[in-house]
Amino acid sequence: MIKFLKPVPRWGLVIVIAFIGVSLSAEVDLSGTWANRGHQDWLDRGRGPDVVDYLGLPISEAGREKALAYTSALQSEPERQCEYYAPTYMVLGPFGLNIWNETDPVTSKIIAWRMGAWIDKDIDTVWMDGRAHPSKNAFHPYSGFTTGVWEGDTLTTRSTHMKVAYIRRNGTPTSDQTTLTEHIVRHGDILAIMGIIEDPVYLTEPAVMASIWEQDPHANVPRMSQACEPIAEDPRLEDGTVPHYLPGKNPFVNEVTQIYHIPQEAVMGGAETMYPEFRKKIKDKYIRPEKCDRYCCGPVTDPALKCIRDGSGKER
Amino acid sequence: MTGKSCLWPVVAMAVSLFFAGHLQAQQAGGQQARSGKASAPIDLTGYWVAVIIQDWRWRMVTPAKGDYAGVPINAEAKKVADTWDPAKDEAAGAPCKSYGAPGLMRGPTRLHITWQDENTLKVETDYGTQTRLFHFGNWKGSAGPGTLQGDSIAEWETPRAGRGEVPPPFGDLKAVTNHFSGGYLRKNGVPYGTNAVLTEYWDVFKEPNGDQRIMISTRVADPQYLSTPWLTVLHFKKEASGAKWDPTPCSASW
Repeated sequence: MIKFLKPVPRWGLVIVIAFIGVSLSAEVDLSGTWANRGHQDWLDRGRGPDVVDYLGLPISEAGREKALAYTSALQSEPERQCEYYAPTYMVLGPFGLNIWNETDPVTSKIIAWRMGAWIDKDIDTVWMDGRAHPSKNAFHPYSGFTTGVWEGDTLTTRSTHMKVAYIRRNGTPTSDQTTLTEHIVRHGDILAIMGIIEDPVYLTEPAVMASIWEQDPHANVPRMSQACEPIAEDPRLEDGTVPHYLPGKNPFVNEVTQIYHIPQEAVMGGAETMYPEFRKKIKDKYIRPEKCDRYCCGPVTDPALKCIRDGSGKER
Repeated sequence: MTGKSCLWPVVAMAVSLFFAGHLQAQQAGGQQARSGKASAPIDLTGYWVAVIIQDWRWRMVTPAKGDYAGVPINAEAKKVADTWDPAKDEAAGAPCKSYGAPGLMRGPTRLHITWQDENTLKVETDYGTQTRLFHFGNWKGSAGPGTLQGDSIAEWETPRAGRGEVPPPFGDLKAVTNHFSGGYLRKNGVPYGTNAVLTEYWDVFKEPNGDQRIMISTRVADPQYLSTPWLTVLHFKKEASGAKWDPTPCSASW
């Protein structure tokens, strides 16, 4: 028998090792199309947060001041119309996810995972081949620079070299010194990402956020964003005006307090607002609004459900 | 390819299938022999605090009546939620309806996680002073009416270990909870029914600076009040001690 089996072809051993290797592998296939069901941060990710809403964000004084100076009219400037968010948008954005990988044609090893683009985010490339991050003085592209390693069955990534961007879609800023650590896990048809955002300029503690997707082969999630062409959409900006609010002049400062009765000290954010004990500070100041009258429901998937879906106050 | 070498794919396949089957048998046998505590690939014990940045308005304070944003309710759920009256719940001696497992974990809470015994992981919350028990092994659910925290069957999800190998030191906790008495997904009376099923995946991550965090991927399925399963994700940060542990009773309104 032994004689009969000689010589052992190499590819025979490869098959044996491959079969055993499959059952021992810790790496997980992340590829596919993943739908965002919108059950978390429904308003933040959908129609957008309230203009001055820094609830729970560990922002620094500088971050708060910059956020209060922001007006969304800024996005009408031709040079900003086609700006992308930074990779931190992965745990802030509302979109589905298309993930695929790039394989070395010689070694067949995965050298990069690609996290597809959205209309306002570039493709994130997670380099898996051990390359180093570039010099701190290197160019900061919209995609940043990201490397990844498998820690057990979790893909842990680290992103640097990001551009100035936003941590909430109301102008709350992140600086170009921001770093992002992501832990990406797959549980069957669920993909979840925890993002740890650190910024020595605009945050006093790491801001930790998480997103979750459901595998959906029918989700029409593009890999690339469409081309963007800036136009002059507001004649008032043609003289070089930069839209902003001067210190102390933001007219929306009290809006969240007026609508939802949330005390100002919470609305203005800060690290202490992230933790349960902060509730003691506002317990005697918060009076629950009697009834919701704007943006009260969604996503609506039951056609029989009539509810207030927008700012009109009317059920439909 | 010669006639002899044509047999090699068959031999190779047979050998590999033998090993694969043997590995599975080893693992199955190992799981039967080892308790939930002994086979834990990750350590969830200790004190953990919810870090609430997302959905703050719905988690840190009780939102307005009729605010169901983010929850995929059906028309029946809205009818129920629109009758929410916290004063009535308090008067009826039922202030804990929003502290059942599907709503509890999104609350502003700390967790204290310990092993109650070799096959029972105990998760306590200071918010509402609740206790959840995750049962490993062949535990069977309790008979009789459902309860606030339901019955949780837990298992470790780990890659298969090789013959004679210790299971790799990573994996996650999967817990499926049912047999509820019903309650609120959100503090303001958004309901879940007695047939709801809560599925959770608990992962632990260790950061280079020593921080540890739990992420819980959560799916609530409820044929009575949800039009699709409710999919959310939570996270907690480990604390060095229980110095900030602050048990508070249930409240229907705060």
